[in-house]
Amino acid sequence: MSDAHAHNFDNDVYEPALEGTFNGKLAMWLFLCSEVMFFSGLMGAYMTLRIGHPENFVFGHDTLHASIGLAAFNTALLISSSLTMALAVLAGQKKETSKQRMLLLATAAMGTLFLILKSIEYGTKIEHGLLPRRDLFFAFYWTLTAIHGIHILAGIIPIMGLWWFAKKKDVSGECEMIGLYWHFVDLVWIFLFPLLYLI
Amino acid sequence: MEESHGSHAAEHAAHPPVPYFAIFGTLCVFTIVTIGASFVELGKAGNVILALAIAAFKASLVMLFFMHLKYEKRPIVLIAIAPFALVVVLIVALFPDIMNGQYHSDDHEFKEAPAEHHEAK
Repeated sequence: MSDAHAHNFDNDVYEPALEGTFNGKLAMWLFLCSEVMFFSGLMGAYMTLRIGHPENFVFGHDTLHASIGLAAFNTALLISSSLTMALAVLAGQKKETSKQRMLLLATAAMGTLFLILKSIEYGTKIEHGLLPRRDLFFAFYWTLTAIHGIHILAGIIPIMGLWWFAKKKDVSGECEMIGLYWHFVDLVWIFLFPLLYLI
Repeated sequence: MEESHGSHAAEHAAHPPVPYFAIFGTLCVFTIVTIGASFVELGKAGNVILALAIAAFKASLVMLFFMHLKYEKRPIVLIAIAPFALVVVLIVALFPDIMNGQYHSDDHEFKEAPAEHHEAK
């Protein structure tokens, strides 16, 4: 991206990666492809075992469905943070730096609040002895939500980085890359929420 | 970064404004719909299919508008679609295992206290 020759296609022996698409964005899309497969593997295992052992999922379903409020609020948080991230990318492209930084901060704040609420939820689960060993459902619940939580954390850090560096230079390209990642994390939750809490 | 930004800004100007707030509203409405639907008895398969259909619809909105796929060049769109084709392959590959009962347990009675059972091991 920072390669001085990257934009000078006419004098370059290399083909441009994709006309007008910078390499970082292309790389992020490829990374997200591998992420789709990663989560599909886990969700596929969940689906297979749930159909094979329905009795192992009854208790978990009833428990989580009964306490749906917090998860619903968390879903709303992630959707809202996706909106602020999309608006931050837009603001970055329009060079509205202070607006971009404010929106990035809001995105990171909602991500952090998501993690705080998630840890409160984890706390009550631990209190009630609903650990991964409880049954197959809780093994999946902990695996899927913890991996998703790590993805949220891995998103908040570069978003704060963008917030910091946007003060001094144009980070609109990086912002778009991280934005794609953040929307993907939201997308994973869009599937996890019904799989774990609703059905 | 400056170089890529220049071309990027031009690329951005090429498409009409993205209706971010309308998409956000739709996502919120369908979240409420899917929560409401989970309290309505539609048969186990009915509830599962409805919940996953709504999730797929919401996911496609996020991909098309928030991730700009609707406005992207074809190669990016193809890259984004590719893993979903592979997911279909994955599910088809899992299907025999689901159907021939390899992972089915012998008794389908729910055990009241599997936690104790596991601790005893």
